[in-house]
Amino acid sequence: MALRNNSAIRILKDKIASNIMLALTIFSLALALIIGVGLYIKSMPILHEHSMWSLLSGDSWRPFKGQFGFFPFIMGTLWVTGISIIIALPLCLLTSIYLSEYAHPYVKRMVFPMIDILAGIPPVVYGVWGILVVVPFISDKIAPHFVEYSSGYSVLAGGIILAIMIIPLIISIMLEIFAAIPKELKDASLSLGATNWQTIKFVLFRKSLPGIIAAIVLAISRAFGETIAVLMVCGNIPITPNSVFDSGYPLPALIANNYGEMMSIPLYDSALMLAAFILFAIIFLFNTVSRIILVRIEKRYAL
Amino acid sequence: MRKLEETIFKNLMRIATLVILGSLLLIFIAIIKRGIPAMSWDMISKIPGGGFYIGREGGLLNAIAGSVFLVIGATILGLAISIPVVVYINVYLPRKSFLADLTRLSADVLFGIPSIVYGAFAFTLMIYFGLKTSLLAGIIAVSLLITPILIRSMDEVARLVPKDLKDAALSLGATRYEIIRVVLRQISPGITTAILLSIGRAIGDAASVLFTAGYTDSIPTSLNQPAATLPLAIFFQLSSPIPEVQDRAYAAALILTVIVLVLSLLARYYSRKFSKNKV
Repeated sequence: MALRNNSAIRILKDKIASNIMLALTIFSLALALIIGVGLYIKSMPILHEHSMWSLLSGDSWRPFKGQFGFFPFIMGTLWVTGISIIIALPLCLLTSIYLSEYAHPYVKRMVFPMIDILAGIPPVVYGVWGILVVVPFISDKIAPHFVEYSSGYSVLAGGIILAIMIIPLIISIMLEIFAAIPKELKDASLSLGATNWQTIKFVLFRKSLPGIIAAIVLAISRAFGETIAVLMVCGNIPITPNSVFDSGYPLPALIANNYGEMMSIPLYDSALMLAAFILFAIIFLFNTVSRIILVRIEKRYAL
Repeated sequence: MRKLEETIFKNLMRIATLVILGSLLLIFIAIIKRGIPAMSWDMISKIPGGGFYIGREGGLLNAIAGSVFLVIGATILGLAISIPVVVYINVYLPRKSFLADLTRLSADVLFGIPSIVYGAFAFTLMIYFGLKTSLLAGIIAVSLLITPILIRSMDEVARLVPKDLKDAALSLGATRYEIIRVVLRQISPGITTAILLSIGRAIGDAASVLFTAGYTDSIPTSLNQPAATLPLAIFFQLSSPIPEVQDRAYAAALILTVIVLVLSLLARYYSRKFSKNKV
């Protein structure tokens, strides 16, 4: 009898633990939904006053007059993101191919920890570096060749900083994809007389193209949402930038910068929450699609 | 001709790798060069004194202590959510489970959500529950940020625990609840790595604490008080026009970089230890 009670208790414990853990798992699944709904509810007031389209295409940002045009901020975000991808992508492709196909194991052992460290440096430290090095470099060395005057606080500075920040993410995903391509495919190409480089171009690169695209999409969404580093070097003027040397004002910087004053002006907090919702929605979509592609690749080559 | 193309690209690849490593070096050089002269014992042992923000005496102890409290709280809260999730999808659910795959996917997606969104969301929660900017609110925001990291990196090692090990314990009559201990012991170095990684992310993040933890010159003594953090100390002091105050931002940046560097090296050490001890 005692034994039976004992095992009944043990099974009960197992059941209780199971239910608690299931609840937490569902919570972790629902978190994205909760965040999305929460931000959407908070941005309802401004969507009642203005249409989504007029908010997105409006280019005048005067909260005191009730004008909330997001266009300059969206363009600011697109400029810095675009610049960062243009800089980071070739560097990452070349480096990942080098590390996975050519580099000596000794070189890999040296380089991998350094890329890890690059990934771990906090955004605010990138921002400090940007102010110390990148901004003066642009205003003194690069900009004078192209434009009359630039303070250096520009979308180019933001793009350069972002490029370095997303490089570790892209490289680590690309290395995983290259490692997933079956060796037999490469061997077949080599045995038909193709050179190493031809094999890379026509087998490795072509086979991993979906994965590379997924990596780029992930990097874009990382660049989209980066806040503090970009805020520190972009200049933050709510005007649509016309050249890489102009200041810009990306969406995340808008949210971060206006904390505090937003509570006193009607609709201001709602406008900022809408900005957060737009960021969330785009990044959620991008992330979901590219992660599904990556999981599929992993599964296809897993055997 | 075929050889020439390969040679050109091979050299381009070497250059690209060097550019990336070079930028890491440049970052370190700049931070060290400006940070070392600004460092002093006062920086890490004193809280801001009178006139600190016009360049008088004091240090960053408020921000260091605030960051430490915040990270400890967020890590504990994050572990309280993530360990049960990881255990559930690896011990309770069958090997091929839709729910487990969905949980992994959602952790991956949440990992990509920027910290400013977590900050904004935590801010709406604060308004809803009538909380002020406080250590507690900051802890909640940061724990949301690091939970996906914890789930993802613990899950990666938990998946590698051999099925036989679980089956052996189950066949001896253990319940699933009782083999949790076996699994946790197996992945304990992985848990350590996950904690170190998430601490590294949590301590350096500014956007999530900007709305939530606030800023103060004193060391918080309860969860209801606002807390200063190192990233925000850097951010605020760098925007001051006074050079002495800016110097403190460089000192704080150096402190933060050293902390993150140590955490990253420790995480590497533990994950290597894990791959040695694998069953």
